[in-house]
Amino acid sequence: MQQAQAQGLPPATTGDITPEPVREGIDLIVNGERFRHTGDPLMPLLWYLRDVLRLTGTKLGDAHGEDGYDLVLVNGKAVSAIKRPMAKLVGARVTTVEGLAHADGSLHPLQQAFIDEDAIGCGYCTPGWLIAGIDLLTRKPKPTDEDIDKLPNRCRCGVQTRVRRAIKRAAGVKA
Amino acid sequence: MSTGLQFSRRRFLQVLAGTAGALVVGVGYADAEVPIPPAMLGDDFGRLGAYVRIDRDGNVLIGARDPDTGTGTATALPRIIAEELDADWTRVTVVPLGLGVEAKNGKPVWTYGHQRSGTGDSIPAAWADLRQAGALARWLITQAAARRLGIAADRLRCEAGMVVTPDGRRFPYGSLVEAAGKIDPPNAPLPLKPPQRYTLIGRPAGDVDARNIVTGQTRYALDAHYADALVAVLAQCPWPDGSLASIETAPALAIKGVVKVMPINPETDVAPGETAIAPAVAVLAENTWAALRGLAELKLEWKPGAHSAEQDSGKLEAQALALLDTDSAPTTRIRDEGDLKAASRKAARRVEATYVQPWLAHATPEPMNCLVRLDKDQATLVVPTQAPKQAWSVVQRLTGLAPDRIAIEVPRVGGGYGRRLDHDYVAEAVMLAKAVDKPVRLMWTREQGLTHDYYRSGTVHKIKAIIGRKRTLIGWDQRMASASALTGRGVAADRLWTSEVAADQLPAGLVPAYRNDWYSLASGMPRGPFRGEPHVTNAFAVESFIDEIAHTLRENPLDTRLRLLGKPRQLALPGGGMLDVGRLLNVLKLVTDRIEWKNWLHNVNGMGVACWHIDGAYVAHAIEAAVHGEKLEIVRVVCAVDVGRVINPLGLQGQVAGATLDALSNALNPAITFRNGQVQQQGFKDYPLASMAQLPNDVEVILVPNDRAPTGASFLAMPTAAPALANAVFRASAVRVRRLPMMKELLRLL
Repeated sequence: MQQAQAQGLPPATTGDITPEPVREGIDLIVNGERFRHTGDPLMPLLWYLRDVLRLTGTKLGDAHGEDGYDLVLVNGKAVSAIKRPMAKLVGARVTTVEGLAHADGSLHPLQQAFIDEDAIGCGYCTPGWLIAGIDLLTRKPKPTDEDIDKLPNRCRCGVQTRVRRAIKRAAGVKA
Repeated sequence: MSTGLQFSRRRFLQVLAGTAGALVVGVGYADAEVPIPPAMLGDDFGRLGAYVRIDRDGNVLIGARDPDTGTGTATALPRIIAEELDADWTRVTVVPLGLGVEAKNGKPVWTYGHQRSGTGDSIPAAWADLRQAGALARWLITQAAARRLGIAADRLRCEAGMVVTPDGRRFPYGSLVEAAGKIDPPNAPLPLKPPQRYTLIGRPAGDVDARNIVTGQTRYALDAHYADALVAVLAQCPWPDGSLASIETAPALAIKGVVKVMPINPETDVAPGETAIAPAVAVLAENTWAALRGLAELKLEWKPGAHSAEQDSGKLEAQALALLDTDSAPTTRIRDEGDLKAASRKAARRVEATYVQPWLAHATPEPMNCLVRLDKDQATLVVPTQAPKQAWSVVQRLTGLAPDRIAIEVPRVGGGYGRRLDHDYVAEAVMLAKAVDKPVRLMWTREQGLTHDYYRSGTVHKIKAIIGRKRTLIGWDQRMASASALTGRGVAADRLWTSEVAADQLPAGLVPAYRNDWYSLASGMPRGPFRGEPHVTNAFAVESFIDEIAHTLRENPLDTRLRLLGKPRQLALPGGGMLDVGRLLNVLKLVTDRIEWKNWLHNVNGMGVACWHIDGAYVAHAIEAAVHGEKLEIVRVVCAVDVGRVINPLGLQGQVAGATLDALSNALNPAITFRNGQVQQQGFKDYPLASMAQLPNDVEVILVPNDRAPTGASFLAMPTAAPALANAVFRASAVRVRRLPMMKELLRLL
């Protein structure tokens, strides 16, 4: 509309088209895009991401969200997507593993470090490690081994030693 | 060990297409027409119908036939083909092959040969037949170049996707594929590249899926969906032999989006792993959240089955201990060499110990799930499986469809560890899809994976050693009790031991009088294959016990081992099998040198070592550990493996480090217990996998360079990790852990 006026064009006529009533919902930003959730406000973020937005990089972990498979960044902090109902995400900025790389396709340094250190087993827990790792690097750009020890993630393929190296590589600290 | 050639009909490689601007090489049959899937001819790579496709623009597609559960087959298998093809790896795209099945007289014909993962035979099978696929494509391209250029084929060489002439002119493969496709392939197998010309095999390669994984683009089966599919979640009966006592469905059906609530039951007279694992009630809904809300509203009661009350892990263990203490005859006497009685008469010392290991669950990261669409004469499934052929047979039995009307897609799998060799979840999904006449996406919770698993049986080992003069081990009498993973799976009673003991395991062949007895425990709890078994449980007992012998003799446990193993030699084992003692000694030397074992006596931390062999592959661990109060610190871990030729050293290092950490994790904390037939661990709080803090900061991996045929390695590093740690803990704290999980036992004894 502003653009139309700027170009000296008459405002678009509304005629007899009735505008749709504004739908009530929860506005949030996921990976930089605006969305409005109009369904059950108690729906956990995990199912909103996976079923509604079809962003399936965030995985189903345990029911209590304690093993790190379902981590996403909400306003920059790692949270369990299965524990977070949509009602608590009004205006939130959510970043999932799909949103970590830059728009031009270049990877986040931690993503690249995971590739460089071969820090991947079956890969199912990798998105959770990345989110937990980025959360850690945001809080502590030069994490110690004790900081890395506190990551909540669990893995059966045994990637932990390689994840440790990847985090240190991304942080530029000595392995 | 099985190879890819498990069927009687003669397979050969052939050109499947050469006229549509691409060269496609695949597997054909001597007496069958092989239809060319349209996908191989067009731009749709969704269903790769053969192993190799080379396009005119030089891009190469290579199919990976074995599921990749994190074991690296999607990288290693295509590299074996690419090596023989002399392909430019940077131009290769790997496509996971679904199940390759055609129909012949109503019977299935497996068009890709071997398709299974996590059983240690992917690489050996690929080595046996896949190299020919690459060699044939290269031969055809070389022939095409020879004809076009008028140069004898044997004067041309291939290099990174180019044919190179003696005077240095280079012709890209893409420019030759159209002509190559018109050349008849030879009847005899082609000569393979000499290893000194390898440019890919033996060089490190990152996981082909790495970029898609770190960007969240990789789709696992759990991520697949059809728009019209219903999501199904389950309430499962806590007793495998129990049944539904009462159910009230109205509150669940009142939830918006819930479509149907229906019970499913295991079929009778069907082997475990091929039908539902327990009675269940499914809630089917339009989306996952509605299904889970419906599940929460379900009011139901289960009742135990006839045998439920008898199932008690504590009682079973007591039974096993009592059984091994009596002189009752074993279920199977697996080995009995020499004369134990005569050895006993010469005994200077005796050592005896009992080891108890708990039941374990697979705890796969990706939960059990299956997406299935049933049309009138076609079934289409996306299945996280280690064994697509077994999944196929479950679908075929339940649908009665013709063999080639069942399409099974296998995306990357979120961990297998043996759990996905069974397909109860496939049976459940198919039962539901049949009932609702709509596609179904079945999803278990991760917790259900703990309460409804084909468990690894708990084990009890009782070992007696007889030591003669000069500290020589002259007698070894080993008894093991467990509930066989093969029970109910169509295996004869006298073969049930084969999932519980490896006949050639240490110290077979090394002690003059050696006996290994297995006692069968009866249990109604479901059991199944588990990563690294039967080696993990046996190695823990045997390799801990060797340290106990050393302690009795007041000597360095490495010396005890060296004396037991003797000189490097090829040791033919009675009853078959060969032990290359030199290779075992070598891995033992590599890890003890690296960890500086010479400091064993005075080191401030404890050091432990263990070695083992599995099907011609050799492994040793040396571990340094400290016990600070109630805290166990794993200070240093070194592992050396000799697997024959290494296909992808980076992948192998990952497998070795990963299996080490997995084995340590399994040994430190978790145990499955059951009472009145119910598993008591309901979640991961009760079944803790190791945290980052519990595990070592690094695993130092040493690969032995070798030009023998490659062996499987995905679980090779499992067996020796826990005993090496237990041996280090003994040295650090004087506490001998004879019962797992280790942390619980350590806290009890300290």
